[in-house]
Amino acid sequence: MSQSVPPQLTKKDFETDQDVRWCPGCGDYSILANVQKLMPELGIARENIVWVSGIGCSSRFPYYMNTYGFHTIHGRAPAFATGIKVANPDLSVWLATGDGDGLSIGGNQLMHCLRRNVDVKILLFNNRIYGLTKGQYSPTSEIGKVTKSTPFGSADYPIDPCGFALGAGASFVSRTVDVQAKEFLAVLRRAAVHKGGTFTEIYQNCNVFNDDAFVSFTDKSTKEDRQIFVEHGKPLLFGADRKKGLRVDPRTLALEVVTIGENGVTEQDVLVHDEKNATIATMLARMPFPRFPVAMGVLYAEERPSYERTVTAQHERAKERFGKGSLEKLLHSGETWTV
Amino acid sequence: MQVTGSQFTATAAIVGNDLSTFPDFPAEIRAPAGTLYGVSGFQINFSSHDVFTPGDAPDVLVAMNPAALKTNLKDLRAGGLLIINTGAFNGQNLKKAGYEASPLEDGSLSSYRLLPIDVTKNTLAAVEGSGLSTKEAGRCKNFWTLGLMYWIYGRPLEPTLRWIDDKFKKRPDIAKANVQALKAGHAYGETIELAHERYEVPPAPVQKGEYCNISGNTATAWGFIAATELGDIDLVLGSYPITPASDVLHELSRHKQFPITTVQAEDEIAAVCAAIGASYAGSLGITSTSGPGLALKMEAIGLAVSVELPLVVLDVQRAGPSTGMPTKTEQADLLQAVYGRNSEAPVCVLAASTPGDCFYMAIEACRIAVKYMTPVILLTDGYLANGAEPWKIPSIDSLPRFPVKFRTEPDGFHPFFRDPTTLARNWAVPGTPGLTHRIGGIEKHHDSGHISYDPKNHEKMCRTRAAKIAGIASDIPEQKIAVGEDHGKLLVLGWGSTYGAIHEAVHRCRSRGLDVSHAHLNYINPMPKNLGDLLRRFDRVLVPELNLGQLVQLIRSQYLVPAQSLPKIQGQPFRIDELEEKIRQAMES
Repeated sequence: MSQSVPPQLTKKDFETDQDVRWCPGCGDYSILANVQKLMPELGIARENIVWVSGIGCSSRFPYYMNTYGFHTIHGRAPAFATGIKVANPDLSVWLATGDGDGLSIGGNQLMHCLRRNVDVKILLFNNRIYGLTKGQYSPTSEIGKVTKSTPFGSADYPIDPCGFALGAGASFVSRTVDVQAKEFLAVLRRAAVHKGGTFTEIYQNCNVFNDDAFVSFTDKSTKEDRQIFVEHGKPLLFGADRKKGLRVDPRTLALEVVTIGENGVTEQDVLVHDEKNATIATMLARMPFPRFPVAMGVLYAEERPSYERTVTAQHERAKERFGKGSLEKLLHSGETWTV
Repeated sequence: MQVTGSQFTATAAIVGNDLSTFPDFPAEIRAPAGTLYGVSGFQINFSSHDVFTPGDAPDVLVAMNPAALKTNLKDLRAGGLLIINTGAFNGQNLKKAGYEASPLEDGSLSSYRLLPIDVTKNTLAAVEGSGLSTKEAGRCKNFWTLGLMYWIYGRPLEPTLRWIDDKFKKRPDIAKANVQALKAGHAYGETIELAHERYEVPPAPVQKGEYCNISGNTATAWGFIAATELGDIDLVLGSYPITPASDVLHELSRHKQFPITTVQAEDEIAAVCAAIGASYAGSLGITSTSGPGLALKMEAIGLAVSVELPLVVLDVQRAGPSTGMPTKTEQADLLQAVYGRNSEAPVCVLAASTPGDCFYMAIEACRIAVKYMTPVILLTDGYLANGAEPWKIPSIDSLPRFPVKFRTEPDGFHPFFRDPTTLARNWAVPGTPGLTHRIGGIEKHHDSGHISYDPKNHEKMCRTRAAKIAGIASDIPEQKIAVGEDHGKLLVLGWGSTYGAIHEAVHRCRSRGLDVSHAHLNYINPMPKNLGDLLRRFDRVLVPELNLGQLVQLIRSQYLVPAQSLPKIQGQPFRIDELEEKIRQAMES
């Protein structure tokens, strides 16, 4: 898209005149504020940004962003975003979804959008509950979850969103938390510049229907010991004194938590994060809590040609080969005869 | 068999006959040979005068095995020529087809002119030394038979020879064997005393011009391609393969030098959503499907109604409900198209009446979609999609132009600002400075586009959306009479693919002195403005359709006329003689 350098924008430029209608105390407020803070940094004119969403609390997001926005139908936002991107690959397309919208009703659309590597920045707000329908369990709720629709506890096993995205073949997978602004911005900055589709799971607290769902690893007192912020090329260390680390047990090919200085473990034994290694990313994504810390940051990132660029290139090649399409030529292209 | 049929069709067209075809094949890809359900048939009606249908009762039937004979013999007219491949009439095949004794021997075929030929043996002899396996060599028998038919009807071999060369470029051995088989079949006709069976079909007198042979699906795809130039807009087709609509996806995917992008989506829902997303971003979104797919798309179509974005939905109807009979034709999605969404969600509904008409209706669907910012559902069906007819190639200057205008002016903009005449909202696409806005499926205030739960506003918006669709009636042609006077005893009112059969049946009735006329609807919602007046000028209205009576319900409820239903739901098109009889009955009752 050709345009002059946009004027320096501020967070305020990305706020709309609409009343924000989330419940007071909802984690979505922090996400909105941080996204509005990030947007001016990207140097993209507001009119070239589109926010797309499906249905659910998270999907109200576009109404509050002073960009183009499309609030669509339940679960299908990735398909709409795909259409937008193929129609105009130069737009910066962002997508807000939730654990219900993205992984329950819209699991198929999310999977295929990631698999195709459509250049859409997907933010999945995971609160592990259905909020807008007033508190039923979701596909990321822990087994045995007691809700209105499961008074005896839910019987199904949860899905891990990052594991799902990696399984679907996403080219960028990351995880963060609504209230951890610094890490949140670091992750989304990376997503913004990644050429291709990105998937970011955001642990988001629903203070009405699933309060404190993540407190066991987000509480200040335990956060350092129960989260690990991964960075490419750096050893996978965590803990308040950064003495704990992850390494691969050569007998099981699984990760294990080690402590530097114990049992002869040194920093050299600790696994160094390689974000281009899908195996490491998958192991990090699926570490069982609380035996392991929760992995945050960019778990996986490897650029490859995006869907809409490949599609555009096919058009260019066809035009080179056959010349610009001529209707006249097309209508007379088969076996014809004159009467 | 389908290849043989389409080759015969192409050649008939090239020698200037008018024609109409009816491919009738099973849904299974390689249905077991010799079984009744595995029979693949191809019926063609070609003539030196105008042809409107594939014909009721063929004059010639070629049966390649007992199952084909059993399935199709009932259609052959008494005294017709019956060519039978005796090579396939063995005990096993007879049993598969359910014959206790060979019909070749029990005298049951005595009312036909029987021509038994061992096609299998003749074919194998013709391609001997080609190096093909017996199985591959056996497959050449369709070309052998085609060669024989070319002899009988005095057709040139050249078009098919060219086609074989091109088709089997990578397998010259197969190409050569097929050429040998074709020529051998032709020579066989000449050698044996078949001369008395030779038919001569001179060219049909038709309008001057350049013609090609076109199927409904190709014509539809070409109409969409034409719309890019006529509307000066890019198209994005989102589609999920489904019988009998997939050929539209295939055809559009071949022409990437035009501004058309095709997305083979993961499912029917994603296909329509991608199309709507493309419309939001300033292309025209199209989705192609058949009945079950249309059902899946309905929620998204409702969103397009609510956010008022252009969208063209092609429904190539097939026999249902559910999976039904995917390769058989039907017109039973009419009410689904008109009403099948939650709440008040009116859309424009169009129907094409012949394979060639698909081209014009596809253009019309695009024109209305962008002008009125609305979904348009275009109904065709399996019979139109796969059937072919000679089509006079139009001059591009004769086609309607409808250049799309996007909103660029920020002053006074809000997303639901409407054109006072069409009631269409302005189309403001991402990338346009000063027009950033948010739209969605939540009800919006009529004057700002912001979310609104105001009761009166909701009614106003529902009425506005309905008025916008109703208003399209001022922008479409008045209903014409296809055959007969514009008043009288009986009007036969049809829609969609039944055009040819009704047309011919009404012609025949009129030639017998009956006071009957034919009108055919292309515009189902809204209907042409003058339709009510027209209907009231007839004593009776008869509505034939390939369903249990859907259009007739709309006609009765909208115009309060006691229209009579003539339904048929067998997965097969109307026959001219059955319509003729019903018309006569309707006039006598």
